[in-house]
Parts: sequence; C-alpha cells; structure tokens
Amino acid sequence: MAQPTDRMYTKTHEWVQVAGTEATVGITQYAQEQLGDVVFVELPPAGKQATRGGVLGNIESVKAVSEVFAPLAGEVVAANGELETHPELVNQDPYGKGWLVRLKASGAPADLMDAAAYERFLAEEGAH
Amino acid sequence: MKAPRSLRAREGLIFERSSPGRIGYQLPALAVPPVDPRATLPAGLLRGEIDGMPEVSEVDVVRHFTRMSKWNYSVDEGLYPLGSCTMKYNPRINEELARLAGLAQLHPLQPEDQVQGALALMWELEQALIAVTGMARVTLQPAAGAHGELTGMLMIRKALAERGEHRRVVLIPDSAHGTNPASAVFAGFEVVEVASTSAGTLDLATIARHLESGEVAALMATVPNTLGVFEPEIVKVAAMLHERGAFLYMDGANLNAFVGLAYPGKMGADALHINLHKTFSTPHGGGGPGAGPVAVSEALVPYLPVPMVEKAGERFTLATDRPKTIGKVRGFYGNFGMLLRALVYIRSLGRDGLRHMAEGAVLNANYIRKRLEADYHLQYTGASLHEVVFDDSYQAAAGVKNVDIAKRLLDYGFHPPTMSFPLIVHGALMIEPTESDGVDELDAFVSAMREIAREAREEPDLVKGAPYGTPVRRLDEVRAARQPVVRWQAGKA
Amino acid sequence: MHRYLAGEDDRRRMLAAIGCASVDELFASIPAAVRCGELPLAPARSEEEVRREFWALAGRNIAPECTASFLGAGVYRHTTPAVADALLQRGEFFTAYTPYQPEVSQGTLQAIFEFQTFVCQLSGMEVANASLYDGATAVVEAVLMAHRIQPDRPRVVVAGSLHPDYRAVLETYCRPQGLTVVAVPWADDGGVDAAALVAALDSRACCLVVQSPNVLGVVEDLPALGEAARRAGALAIQAVAEATSLGLLAPGGAFGYDVVCGEAQAFGLPAAFGGPHLGFFATRQAHMRQLPGRLVGETADADGARGYVLTLATREQHIRRARATSNICTNHGLMALAATIVLSLLGRKGVREVALASHATAEYLKAGIRARGSGRRARLAFPDTPTYDEFLVLHDDADGLLARLKDELILGGVSTSRLGGGLPRGFLVAATEHNTREECDRLLDALRRLA
Repeated sequence: MAQPTDRMYTKTHEWVQVAGTEATVGITQYAQEQLGDVVFVELPPAGKQATRGGVLGNIESVKAVSEVFAPLAGEVVAANGELETHPELVNQDPYGKGWLVRLKASGAPADLMDAAAYERFLAEEGAH
Repeated sequence: MKAPRSLRAREGLIFERSSPGRIGYQLPALAVPPVDPRATLPAGLLRGEIDGMPEVSEVDVVRHFTRMSKWNYSVDEGLYPLGSCTMKYNPRINEELARLAGLAQLHPLQPEDQVQGALALMWELEQALIAVTGMARVTLQPAAGAHGELTGMLMIRKALAERGEHRRVVLIPDSAHGTNPASAVFAGFEVVEVASTSAGTLDLATIARHLESGEVAALMATVPNTLGVFEPEIVKVAAMLHERGAFLYMDGANLNAFVGLAYPGKMGADALHINLHKTFSTPHGGGGPGAGPVAVSEALVPYLPVPMVEKAGERFTLATDRPKTIGKVRGFYGNFGMLLRALVYIRSLGRDGLRHMAEGAVLNANYIRKRLEADYHLQYTGASLHEVVFDDSYQAAAGVKNVDIAKRLLDYGFHPPTMSFPLIVHGALMIEPTESDGVDELDAFVSAMREIAREAREEPDLVKGAPYGTPVRRLDEVRAARQPVVRWQAGKA
Repeated sequence: MHRYLAGEDDRRRMLAAIGCASVDELFASIPAAVRCGELPLAPARSEEEVRREFWALAGRNIAPECTASFLGAGVYRHTTPAVADALLQRGEFFTAYTPYQPEVSQGTLQAIFEFQTFVCQLSGMEVANASLYDGATAVVEAVLMAHRIQPDRPRVVVAGSLHPDYRAVLETYCRPQGLTVVAVPWADDGGVDAAALVAALDSRACCLVVQSPNVLGVVEDLPALGEAARRAGALAIQAVAEATSLGLLAPGGAFGYDVVCGEAQAFGLPAAFGGPHLGFFATRQAHMRQLPGRLVGETADADGARGYVLTLATREQHIRRARATSNICTNHGLMALAATIVLSLLGRKGVREVALASHATAEYLKAGIRARGSGRRARLAFPDTPTYDEFLVLHDDADGLLARLKDELILGGVSTSRLGGGLPRGFLVAATEHNTREECDRLLDALRRLA
C-alpha cells in the first residue's frame, strides 16, 4: 500500500507530520492492522514533556496493548479527544481523523524514513 | 441444537426475574427484642432496603441457576484440553469430605487445642508435597499460583536483603506465563525478558551474560516449559544461578508432567509453586478458588510466611515465631478447603497412582501429537511431555486463524485448547489432554480437529463464522471493551 | 490402574499408535540426575479408607456447629440456605474453567455479571470486579491501585483498627513497593482518632484505609473520615470485614469513597478454617481501567443476542504482563457464585432482615453484659459507641475464661491475644441471626458465673 508522502515514518510504525514548530503524530495503516480493532487510546495530557523515543501513550485492542513512541522531543499541545468516544477512528482513518497527539517540537527527530523508505522497511519486515 | 437456544432465550438476569413480594428465604422469628437501628446507630450512617436487589422465590433461584449451568461446558462433560490448565477430573469424594462437620465450619481463630485435626491435615499435606517434590518445606498460604509466585519472589528478595544485597533484576523467558513478570514486579523487581533458543528452551549463553552484572536476583522458569518440553539444561542453569548467589524460581504449573518421575528439588529449584487446582485435582470453579502452596529449598526456609504448622510429639501448633519471615501474604492460613481436597486426592491415588497419573498425561499428549501432526503445524519439535503446542500456520493460508479453529471446535462439542500462549508461537493452539481421558475421547477430539482442518481448506468461511451450535454465537468483544457495561441497572434495557 | 485414569488397553493402543514400547520411552528427555525413586507415600486408598482418615481428622476438632458459637474477627457464621450448596455442586459450575471461551461459558459469565451487580449495589459503587482471594488481599489491591493513580505519594494511612491480618498482609506487599504504612490509633470510644488522622493525612498520603465496622466492632464515622481524606488529596478506601453490615449501614459509595472492598464470606460461605473466602472490590467508573482482577462485561453475539464476556483484559497479567494492574489470574469464582446465589435468595428484604436480626442479637447480648454493671471483670470496652454485630468485651484473662466457656460448649468469642495488633485485652463477641436467644442466654448466664 502506498504510504502518504506528506509525512515521515518511524521504525515503530508511527508517522509524524511537521508544520512549522508543531508536529502531529499518529500510527500507520500497518500498525492499526496489526493491532486489530482499537478499543481504547491512552494519551498524555497537554503540557506533558515528551522525550524522543519515550512512551507517548498506549493503544489497546481487545487482546493487545501497544506503546506509542514519540518521534521527537516536545511538549504536548493537544491530544485527539475524539478518540475517547470513537477509538475506531484509529482503524478507519489512521492518517487523518485518527491522529493521536500534537507536539510543540523542542528537539529534532531522528531515524525517520520517508514514505518510500517506510514501504521498503515494511516489505523487509515481511508479512508475518 | 434447538433446546439450548430456547433456554437461552428464556432466561435473563436474576434481577429481571424479580417480582415484588416474592421471597426466597425464611429466618426464624426474632426471639431477642427487636431493635430500631435509629436508636442504636447514627441516623446518617443508616441505609434502607437496597434498590435493585431482586425479590425472587427459591424456585426462581433454582430455575435461574440450573438453566445457566446448562450453558457451560465443563470437565464433567468432556475433554477440556486447555494447555497449561490441567483440566483433570475433579473427584467427588473430595467434595464430600470438604463438607464434613468438624472441617467445613471450623473458625480459624479457635484455640489450637480445638483444631488439632485441621492442623494435622495441613501438616500431612505439607509432608505429602515434600514427598512429591523433594524440597525442604512448604507454605500452604498462597491462594493461587500467581500468589505463590509472589510469595516465592518475596522470600528471595528477603534472602538477598539478609545478605545485604538488593539485586533488582529477575530473568524471565519470553515463553513464560504472564503472571511471572507481573508477580516479579509486585515483589519489587525489574523484569528482563530472555529470548528462548530456536528449540524454545532456556538460552544458557544469554543467561550467563546477564548474570555477569551481579544484579540478577533470580530466574523464573517453568519445567517442563510452556511448550511442554523438558528444559534439558535446568540443572546447569540452577548451578549457574547458585554460583552467582542468585536463585531459581520454578513455576510448577506443569508439574502434572512428572510427578513420581522427577524431583524439582533435584533440579535445583529454590522455590516452586504447586497449583493444587491443576496437578492435584481441586476444581477450577469457573475461575477459582485454587491454592498455590510454595515448596522451598533449605536456603529459603527461614523466610517462609507465618504461621507454619509445626509438630511436637503428637501436638500441632501454628508457629509464628519465625524471625526472618516475610510476614503474611493473606488472611489466616491458606485455602484450607482446597488443601483438604488435594490431600484426599493424594491419598486416593497413592504413590503408584500419582506416577501413573503423570505417565497417563504424557501418553495422552503424545498420542494427540502423533495423530494431529499431519494436519497442524508444530513449530517446536522437541519431545513433548504433557502438552503439545500446535499453531494455525497451515490454516492461515486460507485466512483461518487459531481463534476460528477454536470456535469451530465448540460446534463439535469440545472445549478448545489454550490459544495464543506461549507468546513465542504465533497462532498457538496449546493442547493438554490430562490423564483423565481414555483413547475414545481423545479419538473423538482428533477426529474433530482433523475435520476442522479439512473445513479450513475446503470451506474456510464456515470455520470463520463459527460457532453455530453453542448457546450464543461468537460474541463481540470489541464492543464490550469500547462500551463497557459491567453491571445491571434498573431502567436500562 | 486407577478409577481416575484410563485403562491398560487404552495405554496399549496409544503406545502402539505412537510407536513406543512403554511409557518410559516418553520420559527420555528427563535426565537421570533429577529422577526420583518410588514416592515415599502410602499406596492408593479406597474411598472408604480415605473417609475414615478424614472422619478421624474431623473428630479431633471442635466443630462450632456443635456449640453456641460467637466467633467473628473476620469470619462470620450466618445462615446458608440449602439451595446454595445444591446448585454449587452442579458439575457445570464447579468443574468449568475460567470463561475464556465465552460461547460455552455463559453460565459462569452471567453469574459473575450478577455478582458484580450485587457488589455495586451493596457498596454503592459503579464498578466491581469478579472477585479477589479475600478481604486482606482486597485491601492490598485497593492500596496498590491508589498508588498507581497517585504514584508520587508513597504513604498509606490506615486506621489502627483495621483487622491485624489485613494490616500484616498490607505491610508485606507495601514494603517491596517502597510504600510506608502509617497507622492512626483509635480514640477512647473505639473509633479512629480524628485529630491524629488529620495529622497523618499529609500531601505524601496516596490513600486512607478505614475499616467499618472496625476490628473492635465499632461503626466508624465514614463521611467525616472520607472528607478528611479528600481534603488531603488522598483516595478514600473503605474496608469491610463483615459484609452483611452493608444491609444496614450506608457504604462508602454513599459518601464519595474511591474504593469499597473487603471480605464477603459473611454471606453464608463456610468458615472452612480460614479459606477459601471471597474478596470483593468496587470502585468508581473513573478508575475502571486501573481495576485489578477480572471483569465481565455485557455485549451481543453475531445474532444480536445478549451475552457476556471477560473484558478490559488489557489491564491483566496475560496481556500486560509486567505492567498489569495485578498479578492475579485464578480468583475465587466459585465463591462469588455462592455469594450470588445466597444474595439472590435473600434479595432486597433478606439482606436487610439478616442485618437487622444480627444487630438485634448483638444488642441483646450487649444489654445483658451492660446490665451486670461496669465494675465486673467482663465489661464492654466501648459501652456507648455504636456497633453492628460484634463488640469487644474487656477481660484480663480472656483465654482462661473462653476455655471455661468452651467446657460448657460455648465458644464465647475470639481472644484479642489471637489477633495481635495491640488490641486491648479481652475478647470479641460476634452475634448473628444464626445465634438463637437460648444460645445468647446461655452465654450471658455463663459470663455471670465464670467471668
């Protein structure tokens, strides 16, 4: 599947879209497929300081819980409140309405891949 | 299967059976003077009748729970091959003797001279469990396996503290049951997960590397492991740990595989919990109660919880004067009712019976392995003891997963095996038949599994839509998690 | 062979199918170094032989049912309707497993859902779990939950009148978590010392645990204590050791408590020398995802029929492993079923009638002891403080007195020397609807003569 080219990707299957000093973070199509139906999303409160590679939140399906890692350091500006009542948005629209957190970046991201590199990464990981 | 569905349709919640004025009990007429609680208790602390509590007759209650019972599959009905759970027959003599006057209603705080029989029973069970494990002493306090794990890990923590050491790390293989890391964390440790070898067993090189840090307090291992395979290097692992002043905790969930054949004491275990509701036949009860006594080596004896039952001549006492104890891990002394049942079982089987039990368990598992290995994929091919872990990878080609196979098995009248455990096998189907079943029951199970394998090839959608013949069809677990409704409330449909 | 195992022919056929000459070959993977010889146990015994052994063991005990028994201190004798055990002995209930396959476990699952509902009703809370081991570990789970919710507060304030076993278990679990347990003494009236409580509830306290009725039998001022906790930003936890008290006394849920938890054995479950009993745990909706233990939720099946499943399992050890809300796996499901059956039979009217009758019986005894005058050797410890069905009688030789009472087939109470916890010297007397007037009069008469 072709990944949207307007953003970057991490090895832990988050995407990040930077606009000025703000970065929006979500999980990829592959990640939501692996998780299955999302039942609950645990997101950080506004003002929380995130470190690069640190745990930003948790996403739960019926049988699994996955950590979401921050692709860059920053302060949490907003979390997607809609997910509290509609966690399924993460499955239905992971790149749009299923966004997770908006950060005010305080550091540079690292180890990011563009869409093509992420597609290759997925192919190498193998469909297992 | 019409009948179960019509019963299912007719029976709601007990609260929905309620009809004003029905009663289900009668107390003797009050012979002491009645009391107006407003005269004896502060008005602000009182409550009246509780809204929503049902008013039903005794007949209502009998009908209600009898109908509900018919929606359950149980060991009494047939093979229950849940891997790691040891769903063996629950003998009725255990139930009869647990209800004896003089045992069933004993109060734990009666003076010791009034309960010598109960203390003797606990002492006898401890002796029997020592005889079965080759360990030094056994605490009967823990209420379940996980509780036993915590108890064992607390003892290890204390033993280290007594040496002035505060090692933080517990090594746990990636094949371990989830209670192992959870218990280790509750005991105040950090968990380091150790990847298994390609054979699914403990990786000695990795363990050795971790031990070099001096931070490892213990390794928690299940023997045989959660694949049903004996850990070939367990003695060596124990030696490595002991050499570094660390301990070996052994999860005894799979003890049914070698009772009467091998001794955890000889494997080097320092603490071992025994699931009485697995190996020793006490009933699973729909989710407990169980009991998880912990057997320990000499090194950990000083740290056992209090009280311990001690024998002096012909008298038994509850000894609390144990200066290095970790304290209490639950109220009173243990799940005595389950301890009693386990001792009845041990007496009923005796020394040869217990060995035949393990032999039967291993034979049955190997028979099933042999008869299913053409139809289901076996990721780890080491010799199986009492359980065998297949997976769904042959069926996954048609999009049929382990959960679908499990649901279809329900239509064939069997409880499915354990699924998705251990985590090192994707799409796992863990089959543990126990020794209770004869070859006819196993053959029926094998036939069903082979038929489902055929269906998965030829009619995958049939399997994916299962079950069809159970009291309810496949349930929406996503909805239950997204919109949790965890109690009945009046006025809500 | 044995009647619990398959037979010789089964073995022969299976060995043939596997291609083994004997079962010994199947154990080749177990090295010689760990083998054991013949187990040092007796050979298999017949049912008759086993019966005789256990009848003899039973005969060496004094069964409370053969006496006038007034024992409490965490384990209470109330009436058990005959139907309860008859239903519990159905193999479909007691030989079933944890309901991981909900389609064939609706009996178990629905019973738990009903249990959860009863616990919510009794406790006045919104969410209850499927059971814990006992009252002591229920309190522990509540405290650990409070600490998860407020991880920067390492102090646990408890009323000193918490059952000593509960407190001992709490200390065992709190130590490795780096939590400090601070006990607040009781005042002269047997209730928590309010001034000492407020002093102990500082900004380091993650929770307050108060038992009501407390171990001395005294009914605490729950609203005031809960308010003190709230003002200090601590979670308020009510521990209940005598669950039938909830039929008469308003629960913590009515006063804004965060957790109501404890022991439900009093609803007709056997004393069984201390276990298995029944831990219960109820909390607010807001804390649901921090709840320990199993939880059953309502849902629908593929045809739209209502059904029940284990839910929010991501809290639990089999999924969240090291980060689980508790390590509990096997809980006390059959005991929860037993309580559900008893509560169904008692219902709205019975739960209250049992509580009123128990309270009236205890009040009758208190009046009788009071009437003898407070100068006697045996006297009420807190004559003017409200109690439910249990009270403390002061006596300087409780063990000796109770032994003399036992000789008259009266189990007069639990000596506080058995409990520890710094309780005053004497004995706790519990009276329930199970105690007849005749039994009460025998106790009063014996106390007049022997105390």
